[in-house]
Amino acid sequence: MTVKHDLELVDVTKRYGPNVAVDAIQHRFQPSSYTCLLGPSGCGKSSTLRMIAGHESVTEGSILLSGRDISDLPPARRGTAMMFQNYALFPHLSVRDNIAFSLKMKGVEPKERHTKAGEMLELVDLTILADRLPDQLSGGQQQRVALARALITRPEVLLLDEPLSALDPFLRIRMRGELKKLQKELGISFIHVTHGQDEALALADEIVVMNDAVIEQAGPARDVFNAPKTRFVAQFMGGHNVIALPNGCFAIRTDAVTVTAPKKGTLDAQVTAVEYQGTHVSLLSRISGDQEVTAMVPEAIYFTNPHHPGDQIGLHWDAKNLHQLTA
Amino acid sequence: MKKLLENRNLSGWLMVSPLAVVLLVFLLMPIILIVIVSFWRATEFSIIPAFEFDNYEFLFGSSVTYKVFYNTFKYALITWAFTLVIGFTVAYYLAFHIRSLTWQVALFLVCTIPFLTSNIIRMISWIPFLGRNGIANTTLMSWGVIDEPLEWLLFSDFSVILAFVHLYTLFMVVPIFNTMMRIDKSLIEAARDAGANGAQILWNVIIPLTKPGIMIGTIFVVTLVMGDFITVRFMSGSQSANVGRLISNDIALLQYPSASATAIVLLASVLITIGILLRFVDIRKEL
Repeated sequence: MTVKHDLELVDVTKRYGPNVAVDAIQHRFQPSSYTCLLGPSGCGKSSTLRMIAGHESVTEGSILLSGRDISDLPPARRGTAMMFQNYALFPHLSVRDNIAFSLKMKGVEPKERHTKAGEMLELVDLTILADRLPDQLSGGQQQRVALARALITRPEVLLLDEPLSALDPFLRIRMRGELKKLQKELGISFIHVTHGQDEALALADEIVVMNDAVIEQAGPARDVFNAPKTRFVAQFMGGHNVIALPNGCFAIRTDAVTVTAPKKGTLDAQVTAVEYQGTHVSLLSRISGDQEVTAMVPEAIYFTNPHHPGDQIGLHWDAKNLHQLTA
Repeated sequence: MKKLLENRNLSGWLMVSPLAVVLLVFLLMPIILIVIVSFWRATEFSIIPAFEFDNYEFLFGSSVTYKVFYNTFKYALITWAFTLVIGFTVAYYLAFHIRSLTWQVALFLVCTIPFLTSNIIRMISWIPFLGRNGIANTTLMSWGVIDEPLEWLLFSDFSVILAFVHLYTLFMVVPIFNTMMRIDKSLIEAARDAGANGAQILWNVIIPLTKPGIMIGTIFVVTLVMGDFITVRFMSGSQSANVGRLISNDIALLQYPSASATAIVLLASVLITIGILLRFVDIRKEL
């Protein structure tokens, strides 16, 4: 039976002087899975990743990998490898030497390390560029070199710090497909830090949403998106209305809101703006209590009965689609 | 006229012309003059325009020339080695051990304080320190390390090189520090992530990436030391000579053609040295 390498954070805290960057977070990462740490900038997600990697000391708590405490080990002895945001490729070394760097540090003979680097080059499909220098490569190619360099150490967990943020939108979508494929092939855990919820939804088996140094919600991508627990998660994941109703605060998906004639729906509203978005039309309206509600109406339905700013409409939703928020 | 102004070629030439004129008048013309004068004939009492190789023949035929050139290269090489080690260490400390930019700038300014006084004063202030009854000798004797004053402290190759190192180390610190500050700190983390220890990071990442800065510092130090004459004269007590002193002696004796010839040979040897250095490292990225 193969040992499943699971990573666990126990009350991990990071303080910079009086500022708390990460506040006693607890989480157990699923073995061999793709996890996204999602949150706005400054929420502590990068600090968390850097603590796991060993580039930042843990103020309190411990990090366990396969049952052993790795909090005080140097980065290279943790069984983790990190891929840096700007890739951090050594500009003076060829692609092959960049990939073989960690083997060179271990004192592996040139011939052997070049063979191993060759295997990694094949994995990321860069064999023909082996002798180039990093600045002679495109962004996507540089990223694959960084990936190969991190993977050559045979890590149990690969840590990726906003790996796609330096790429243009088209390449970003292609590279995220490659990342996911690679994770499936290798069967190791990937922990990916991002501030893009679309990226997280597309990639992650599990999403960990962070805000203000704590974990707001963690779970499978579909659960986090469909059943946000807090106002922050609902707003950050997007696609949700947050409405204060007499019996509490609720989140409802914008595409679960339907438009009816006035007085026929759950609530009455006045249209404030209409935005055509291709497959859908976004209908912004105001309900009592000066709250805004967005309805995503399929394009074909909207145009059979169009509304304009100022029109009175009714809004309808199924009670089962409402999710009560705790905060 | 309008058409002339629209000519892109012409406007390009006009834009570079101020700098070209400055270089022409202040760099190229003097060198050409020196080259011309180096072929003139000189007697004890007159200088005659001519085109003959007497000055060069005399220069290359004299064993003094070789000794003096050997001395010049020796000073350059030893000074280079010391300034490199000290300069690299200081720059490394400033760039990688001092975390806050404020402190980096403050300490860097501290390094430049000696430059607030003139070269000559900094040089001469070594004399009372190193002299026979100077501070160094008296202190060492009072500690009982030595029984009689060390003669080689002053007016020796030691004092010449000490003064050179003191004067020129900053020229090594500045370019190396500048290059080091441009090294992306995440490269150091990436190296550590790959299991490199401190020495391995220094050897495999920092030194290769600092090479252009080292090379620029080297050019500064080598040209300064090879062209110097006053430090050698003061610190050796006129007991040793380099090429600069040869030239300054010739000038003092109004032997301008001979001085010119020596200057041309010195210029050529400095240029060849730099040419060889530049073959090893590409500094264009730094400029």
